[in-house]
Amino acid sequence: MRQDPAGRFRLFRTVKDLSFWHAACDYLCKPTRTAMKAAEIAELQNEPACVHNKKEKSGCVKAKPGATAGGCAFDGAQIALLPIADVAHIVHGPAACAGSSWDNRGARSSGPMLYRVGMTTDLTEQDVIMGRGEARLFHAIKQAIDDYAPAAVFLYATCVTALIGDDLEAVAAAASKRWGTPVVSVDCAGFYGTKNLGNRIAGEAMFRQVVGSREPDPVPESAQRPGITVHDVNLIGEYNIAGEFWQVAPLFDELGLRILCTLSGDARFREVQTMHRAEASMVVCAKALLNVARKLEEGYGVPFFEGSFYGISDTSQAFRDFARLLDDADLAARTERMIEREEMKIRAALAPWTARLEGRRALLYTGGVKSWSVVSALQDLGMTVVATGTKKSTEEDKQRIREIMGEDARMITDGSPGALLQAFKDTRADLLIAGGRNLYTALKARIPFLDINQEREFAYAGYRGMLELARQLALTLEAPVWAKVRAPAPWSAPQSICASATTVRAAGHG
Amino acid sequence: MAEIIRRSKALAVNPLKASQPLGAALAFLGLDNCIPMLHGAQGCSAFGKVFLVRHFREPIPLQTSAMDQVSTIMSADENVIEGLRVLCEKNHPDIIGLPTTGLSEVQGTDIRRLVRRFREQHPQFAATAVVPVNTPDYSGCLESGYALALEAVIDALVEAPQPHGSGRRKKQVNVLAASMLTPGDIECLREWIAAFGLRAVVLPDIGDSLDGHLVAAESTPLTFGGTAKSEIARMGESAATLVIGRSLSRAADLLRERTGVPDRRFDHLLGLDACDAFTLVLAEISGQAVPAAIERQRAQLQDAMVDSHFMTCFLRVGIAADPDLLVALGQFLAGAGAEVVAAVAPARAEVLADLPSAAVRIGDLEDLERAAEAGRAQLIVSNSHAAACAERLGVPLLRAGFPQYDRVGGYARTWVGYRGARAALFDVANLFLGNHHDTPVHRSIYRPDYRSDGRRDAPCRPAPEAGLARR
Repeated sequence: MRQDPAGRFRLFRTVKDLSFWHAACDYLCKPTRTAMKAAEIAELQNEPACVHNKKEKSGCVKAKPGATAGGCAFDGAQIALLPIADVAHIVHGPAACAGSSWDNRGARSSGPMLYRVGMTTDLTEQDVIMGRGEARLFHAIKQAIDDYAPAAVFLYATCVTALIGDDLEAVAAAASKRWGTPVVSVDCAGFYGTKNLGNRIAGEAMFRQVVGSREPDPVPESAQRPGITVHDVNLIGEYNIAGEFWQVAPLFDELGLRILCTLSGDARFREVQTMHRAEASMVVCAKALLNVARKLEEGYGVPFFEGSFYGISDTSQAFRDFARLLDDADLAARTERMIEREEMKIRAALAPWTARLEGRRALLYTGGVKSWSVVSALQDLGMTVVATGTKKSTEEDKQRIREIMGEDARMITDGSPGALLQAFKDTRADLLIAGGRNLYTALKARIPFLDINQEREFAYAGYRGMLELARQLALTLEAPVWAKVRAPAPWSAPQSICASATTVRAAGHG
Repeated sequence: MAEIIRRSKALAVNPLKASQPLGAALAFLGLDNCIPMLHGAQGCSAFGKVFLVRHFREPIPLQTSAMDQVSTIMSADENVIEGLRVLCEKNHPDIIGLPTTGLSEVQGTDIRRLVRRFREQHPQFAATAVVPVNTPDYSGCLESGYALALEAVIDALVEAPQPHGSGRRKKQVNVLAASMLTPGDIECLREWIAAFGLRAVVLPDIGDSLDGHLVAAESTPLTFGGTAKSEIARMGESAATLVIGRSLSRAADLLRERTGVPDRRFDHLLGLDACDAFTLVLAEISGQAVPAAIERQRAQLQDAMVDSHFMTCFLRVGIAADPDLLVALGQFLAGAGAEVVAAVAPARAEVLADLPSAAVRIGDLEDLERAAEAGRAQLIVSNSHAAACAERLGVPLLRAGFPQYDRVGGYARTWVGYRGARAALFDVANLFLGNHHDTPVHRSIYRPDYRSDGRRDAPCRPAPEAGLARR
């Protein structure tokens, strides 16, 4: 039951300008849904475009108390949407959700920096007890619009606000109507599930509330070139970490492929609105946003393919797939010429590096799509991938791994530090490639490491990204520090503390 | 006396606040062979872990009761029992810290009853102490969550009465260390105390567990180092307790009440006056004269104060930090002649009234940016999140507090003690030297280096004889 508007007024004395609240209360008094229902969550987990859909959903395992790693649905939704640069992203909840996580990701913008401003309603105990959450949110939206003039406001639900029943959808509707700025609610309470589910929730919110609300601008005259037909495309699941997509983007321009929208690296709200008009989409990372691609195909006839910009062969394949889907013979011919030129250039530049990296053995432990996309990049460098982590991979990801690495590819599901180090020894690997979470697992064990996840600071995508990847790999593999930290002090007994030392805690400790 | 200005905005922009559960987890990470398990959704722990890993550049043991939608509604009691059982069975910790979160508090968990139930159902895990603490993230901040956890640790683990008699170790002192102290600070404290022939039991001891050192063992699911459970139990045997940080007042009251050990309290240990007060107390407790080495460090600090006063005096500073650290930095910099023109804390605390500033705002980094701009601040002191704000203001940032993720080694910095103060003074002075603005050049209309079209010549380059010239 909702209280009458007057009652809410008295409860919210601290914010002066209460007249706006009138409008909101009209909306809030209507019965609307508050939190996502179990059936809706199940539907999101059911992705018909996945061929593995009949099998156990390894990407969506239930978390075990006392033995769980990894982020929540809220985390996943933020990963998927925060890079939209001109939007005010408001986290509706108490301090911890935004407080521990704002501005901690590597996505780059070529323009607005608003996405890096952390915004949260930072609910107090009184807000929770007295039910002032919605009112605070409503005024928070006004504050964000007044102070930062965003292209749109996104609202993210958290566990506490879902539990106390705050109706973000109604607040969003009331606020958009009152101030004329689009307000989008993302129902992504952390306890709905994993990061992966959060990605899908975010995609769903974009598809349902944003995509299709604007037509694309015409191609500027200045950008037209004789003999080149411009095709509009989408990239879904590309986050422009460390600006890496800017290494690939010039090739799109060259071929006459206009990127209508990237969901969501270096994106703008107005671009997301036009995704339905693309002629083809590429799902770049994360299976998790496959739902957006599928719905674009079903609803608007936009065909899609899955690919990656990591590695020479995958990058070339991505451009070929675009040419194939767009069914333009001239584009296909120009694409082949571009690929030949770029591959020759990069192979020449890589030659001295591959000589150094040839035969080095990498243990890969990353989530989902990176479990196979990075394999091909490493193979391009002449390295051997001895095993790859598949904890977060889907059945289709695993199939792809078998195609690339062979039928007896070793897959690792236990990502605990002990298990990872054991696998490292068993496979006689030279370095560990994983996300930031495992960085210090490797360093504490005196093992060379490459960070491949979204907090990283180096750009690995596209042909040029391979050079940086090779450089970073050589840097950690050849660092002179390893020998020094593995050798015992000159005054201690002559036994080496090395990567094969026991993992048992020091005797007598504790 | 600073006036405390309450939060008046609906929206927090660029939050300064780190949450209570995070602070509680940090306190537990200073105990040996321990792991904190947050009672909340898996994200509560995942975010906290990333936050702490990026700050300390260390693996951080932190688990979760993994509440999901169904258990949140139907009861998450089993999650806690199961989580505790799994941790005991797999890792045999000495201590499990069990902070609640906003989620479990809104759900209405009775965390103490759950620990009792765990004890009844699993008596075989009696060797593992479980310390529950209520730390919802909709109140307080990192500092208060840390203090609450410390109070819970004392309540759960300090034995009373002491089996071997109270205060019998005349050369041992307890140190209650607040969240503002870094691993480097703890190390310094230990040496400072040892210089007087005393042994320190530091609670919690992140100087031992999070100082960042390579060990023979490659990986451990628990804390590696920190205050031992047995040492905490016998804190009543110490001759005195030294309490650093006003946020620990309640924890200190409880320890004194529980053990009868007399305590001496300090708001902080930054700057000459604070160091002198601490040194005097150590001399008093130990009955020893102040060692020559400390006299020398003190003289070095005095020299540094004289050398750097040209840069630090009248320096307009904006500070944002948790209350204890804010007051410590404010008093330290004011003691060097600086003026605190903007001060922001994420939550209220009694100590804030002692800040040498006209006002202190309860707020976020947007508030700091506005106040610093209005007060024409020349230096910002805050965590790494303030880097963008300092850049927009065009002033340097001295990093302090949580989190520090954009520099290596911020966690290890020593602020306390004579040497810590000296290093901090040098840094403040150097940041000013590198950033103060020269008088703008005036180019006379009569000077011939103006060309006939009115455009200015290219900026002059150093002549070859003045050093390296590039063409």
